[in-house]
Amino acid sequence: MMYFETKDLSVGYNGRPLIEHIDIGIHKGGILCLIGPNGSGKSTILRSITRHLAKLGGVVTIDGKDLSGMNNREMAKQVSVVLTDRVDPELLTCWEVVSAGRYPYTNHFGRLSEEDEAVVAQSMEQVNALELRDRRFSQLSDGQKQRILLARALCQQPEVMVLDEPTSYLDIRHKIELLSILRELAVKRQLSVVLSLHEVDLAVKLADVVVLVKGSAIFRCGAPEDVLDEETLRTLYDIHDGTFDLLLGSVELCGAAGESRVFVVPGAGRGAPCFRSLQKRGIPFSAGILQPGDVDSAVARTLAARTFESEPFSPPSGQVIKSALAAVRTARCVVDAGSPLGPYNRENLTLLQEADKAGVPALCLRAKPPEGLGAVRCFDTVRELMDAAAELCPAREKK
Amino acid sequence: MKKHVRYAGGFVVLAVLMAVMLYWNVNTGSVHLSLKRIAQLLRFGNDGSLEGNILWKIRLSRMLGTVVLGGGLSIAGFLLQTFFKNPIAGPFVLGISSGSRLFVGFFMLATAPIAMGNFSPYAIFIAAFAGALLSMALVLAVSSRVQNLAMLLVIGMMIGYICDAGTNFMITFAESNQLRNFTIWSMGSFSGITWPTLAATAVITLPTVAVVFFLSKPLEAYLLGENYAKSMGVNIRNFRLALIILSSVLAACVVAFAGPISFVGIAVPHITRLLFKTSRPMVLIPATFLTGGVFCLLCDLIARTAFAPVELSISTVTSVLGAPVVIWLMIKRRKGA
Repeated sequence: MMYFETKDLSVGYNGRPLIEHIDIGIHKGGILCLIGPNGSGKSTILRSITRHLAKLGGVVTIDGKDLSGMNNREMAKQVSVVLTDRVDPELLTCWEVVSAGRYPYTNHFGRLSEEDEAVVAQSMEQVNALELRDRRFSQLSDGQKQRILLARALCQQPEVMVLDEPTSYLDIRHKIELLSILRELAVKRQLSVVLSLHEVDLAVKLADVVVLVKGSAIFRCGAPEDVLDEETLRTLYDIHDGTFDLLLGSVELCGAAGESRVFVVPGAGRGAPCFRSLQKRGIPFSAGILQPGDVDSAVARTLAARTFESEPFSPPSGQVIKSALAAVRTARCVVDAGSPLGPYNRENLTLLQEADKAGVPALCLRAKPPEGLGAVRCFDTVRELMDAAAELCPAREKK
Repeated sequence: MKKHVRYAGGFVVLAVLMAVMLYWNVNTGSVHLSLKRIAQLLRFGNDGSLEGNILWKIRLSRMLGTVVLGGGLSIAGFLLQTFFKNPIAGPFVLGISSGSRLFVGFFMLATAPIAMGNFSPYAIFIAAFAGALLSMALVLAVSSRVQNLAMLLVIGMMIGYICDAGTNFMITFAESNQLRNFTIWSMGSFSGITWPTLAATAVITLPTVAVVFFLSKPLEAYLLGENYAKSMGVNIRNFRLALIILSSVLAACVVAFAGPISFVGIAVPHITRLLFKTSRPMVLIPATFLTGGVFCLLCDLIARTAFAPVELSISTVTSVLGAPVVIWLMIKRRKGA
């Protein structure tokens, strides 16, 4: 049995179920993350767990205890929240906002005992916000506000913390900071965390269990490495015009469509900036010869009109070389992305030589051209190179 | 620790201001009373002299009533601002005062032939309370449909206008001899406060304010928003109901005994926040009550003396002093947004 668990939970508004048969759970000190498209019902599930919304059926338990049987104060000691609500506590200081989390523990007038004050201070310290204690909450940046709200939730000393999209509105640094704190809390304090995230890439790296929410049921649920693959994500988010690379956690927009006009010779990550630059200019291109697992290969798969790949850790087959050479000959220009040339990719040098022979202009992102090549133009930056490439093959043909 | 010094300082300032205003009020008018004479009269009671009659029969009850009602009205404003999360909410703006006025008007005019000008203060209060609750219910019913601060105020004002129209309608068709009491009352003034009405005021207002003070803790949690308050263990439904009833009681009490008074409910809580630089209800509730008392003593003093012997209606003065505060708040809010 899981420490935190929902059994056959169904949630929705006005008695109409939105999502049914929700069976999710997380062990003590684990992080469960809901992901799914906007409006898929992540918040509805979270709000039903925290009792902000009446659930339509099923049970939610912590350590075997049913949450619906608890009074408000008991519930507040079990579950604390970080919500998406805008918080405007007038003139309250950060210390006062955080100490509000002691609500279920203090007496009728909310007097903080020494122990309470210690918990407040400790909570602020845990989110690295102790130096903000006397600042007014309303004067903080979004990142600071979120840390204070996290400290407030922490100060409630819950068994389970529920966070609804805590990283929205945060820049990348603050996202990382916040999620690192959550991870640390889960490990050190054995806090169980249930949250929703927009950023699939972060969810993969943060969560022990991911729950994919789509449609009227839980789409999939389990450890990120078991549940998430590119196809699943495409289905989950209905992605048609771009891809999401799970391993790299990066998003690529759709490549330019049409007949390939540029041939890029990539390798060792040098190709990716060229691919993106061509994609932004709307110029379709081919790329080769790629090594599978190279970053360039991952990016090219989405952006290139055609790719030429070898088998992993093997030289490319004769067939691949032949068709690549053919592609080079018909290209308007060849771009040498400047990858180091060695014994394992010497075919790439062959491609450049072929371009030279066939009279296809070659543009080179190097200080000086590779040995044995005559008529190549060298460039210092991708931008300069691409300006030249765009001149040779404009995105739209002039009529 | 620095905060406690600030709070203590704030309360000392308020206490001094209160003492000054009380002395000034008791001393202002056609008859001058020296400090020694006041002490003597307070100690030995009314000795039947002109001075004694003025102090005991007119000024003392009026002053104390002003403090209690001014404080109560300010607390009502404070509660409504917290409830609606709107800095310019107040009983007058939301039409609650107008609702009370309509009901009191109806009650006074309907029972005038029987009562002959003698109304039980409690009966008037009950009429006012019924009116306050009804307009509050209307505001709530509409505001649940519009989640917009500006709309809320527009709705409140419209409800206020409708109630005022009803009141004016009754005035138009009432007989002139019934109107005298009502007209004087509806102008809004602390002049009508006698010992019996003061007693009723105190009996209603002081316990209500005490209850509000006991709600400091949930009020503070509520500052973080309804959902956070709920997650910390506040029973939101009961709490909201309590806020509605308490603010209506306080607003109704003021309307019943001093008539509709504008702007005090909005302005005073903000002046208090500025003075104490905090939003903690535990500090603000007593402080707002005292500030309201001081503010109304000042306004009443101006109303009595500015164009003596003609006395101004209290709203004339509170509007002139309070409206700029509201304008300033709107500007500040725009900047902050």
